[in-house]
Order: sequence, then C-alpha cells, then structure tokens
Amino acid sequence: MRWVVVRFPGSNCDQDAFHVLKHVLGQEVEYVWHKESSLAGAEAVVLPGGFSYGDYLRTGAIARFSPIMDAVKAAAAEGRTVMGICNGFQILCEAGLLPGVLIRNNNLHFRCETLHLRVEHGDSRFTRGLKAGQVLRIPIAHGEGNYVADPKTLDSLFAHKQVLFTYSDAQGAASDAANPNGSARHIAGLTNVAGNVLGLMPHPERASEGILGSADGLAIFESVLAGEKAKQG
Amino acid sequence: MIRAQVIVRPRASIFDPQGDAVGRAIQSLGVPVRQAHVGKCIELEIEGDDAAAARAQLETICHELLSNPVIEDYVLTIQEPATAGGH
Repeated sequence: MRWVVVRFPGSNCDQDAFHVLKHVLGQEVEYVWHKESSLAGAEAVVLPGGFSYGDYLRTGAIARFSPIMDAVKAAAAEGRTVMGICNGFQILCEAGLLPGVLIRNNNLHFRCETLHLRVEHGDSRFTRGLKAGQVLRIPIAHGEGNYVADPKTLDSLFAHKQVLFTYSDAQGAASDAANPNGSARHIAGLTNVAGNVLGLMPHPERASEGILGSADGLAIFESVLAGEKAKQG
Repeated sequence: MIRAQVIVRPRASIFDPQGDAVGRAIQSLGVPVRQAHVGKCIELEIEGDDAAAARAQLETICHELLSNPVIEDYVLTIQEPATAGGH
C-alpha cells in the first residue's frame, strides 16, 4: 500500500509515522511537504503530530489552509484512507473533514503518558483487527486534546459508530479519572460518517514496537492494510 | 489604509480552561471575580480605503480563520479611513 506522510512546518511525529509504515510494516511511504499540491497517487495519508505553525491562533487553524489540504480533502472525498494523529486530528477538525474541535485540556496540563483506550467498534477500516471493548495501551502527548462538539453532534457520532476510541481505565471502564483532558464523552478518536477519515489524539505510531513498551498501536495500521488487501483480493 | 480590530471570545456555553485558571488566580489575589474568559484581540491594517469591501472580506476571514464557530464568537470593528491614523 502506498502512503504519504504530510510535513507541515512544526510537524514533529512525521519520522515516527514514516518509520512504522516503512520499517515495521514494510509499506511504500513518502514524505510530502505541505506546499505540495499532490499526494502522488497515494492510497493513504497520515497527518502527523506536532505543532504546525506553532499552534498560533488555534491548533491546526493555519495548517488547514496549506496547499496540500486541497489534495487531502479530495482524497477523503474519494474514500482514501486519511489518518490525523494528534495535531493531525486538530487539523482535520479545523479543515471540516471531521466535526467538532479540540480545545485546551480542562486541567491545563500538557499530558504526556501512556494510557488506556477502549475500542468502541471492531467493524471499521481502522479497527477491523480489534474487538469492541478491547483495551489498548497507547501514549498521548498533548495540551489541546479536549474534544468539544454540541450534544446533537455527539449523539450523532455515537449513533453512526464514528467514535472508535474512548479513554478508559485498564479494565475498559470510562471515568473522569481516566479521561486525561476533559474530552466530551471521553472521546479519544473518531471518524467521519463514511469511515475513511480518522482523527485520534493518542499516538499509535509511538506504540508499534515491543521495545517501546507497547505494540498495541500497530493493530490500527494493520487494520487499514488488511482492509486494502481484502479489497484487492 | 483601513484599521480593523477583531475580538474573538470563547462561547459562554463552552468551558474555557484558560479563563477558569485566570479567574482563580484573580480570586487568590483577593478580588471576588465570578468568571473570567480569555479571548484574543487581533488588530489589522489593510491596504485601500473601501471600508465596505474590507468588511465583506474580513467577515469571511473572521469566520474561516480567526475564529472557530464551534467554540468562539467574534466582533469585527472597522475604523473608517477618514479617522484612521488620526490619533
């Protein structure tokens, strides 16, 4: 499968994503600078974590106007895989590819730690290798991961099975104590209605090798690969 | 030249963690502040003297870039060219 990792000024998880795709999963992957206008025919796009444009104005607010975003929008509309991790999630929300917005953590802390995520559905492009209720250990590292949307949008997200990951304890139980940022309904990751665009605050690319303490994030990338293989097979 | 000012405020219905922290800091200094909200003030200088055209363009910019309507409101004030720079 051919992937691209988009680099914005201030991206800093681009090499991690590239490494996992290329060296752990053996995929074809290229970097694309945000000033480019083409994704070079890639089947999947990663918007990596970081601090694009220094988080000025709002996180992701300026990056959404980068030239490459027209190509990302077109790829999303064509049903290609789009993954926004951390700052990438913030950019997807600002670009209108995902609903809602991520604001300052309610505790005002930059939270950098490995925590637990509950898989809400195992029947999506990004979780087909996982089971509903399964608990993953994946790190977060953000100051603005507090997901906000109006109650109607939140209801609709759950009704359409768009919420894939929620913050939980080790047993998979949601609670305010397990929620690191005040995110509405403990949301950690969600897709668009079509299910091909994922945004998540946790970093699966930092949890894709046992030596890093957890390889639970790998299943998210592998789910995408398995889906693509099934489509071609 | 036209001068414009945009005030961006978090919506009252959205919890504002920054405003909350600032409010509590003020309380700790002995002022019984009930609530604080932290927004942004963006000051712009724009080429030309067509205030109506500038307003139309800036409304779009305010909506699409300077504020996020999911969480924020904005107030755009345009100073007429005749008075711009007059102080």
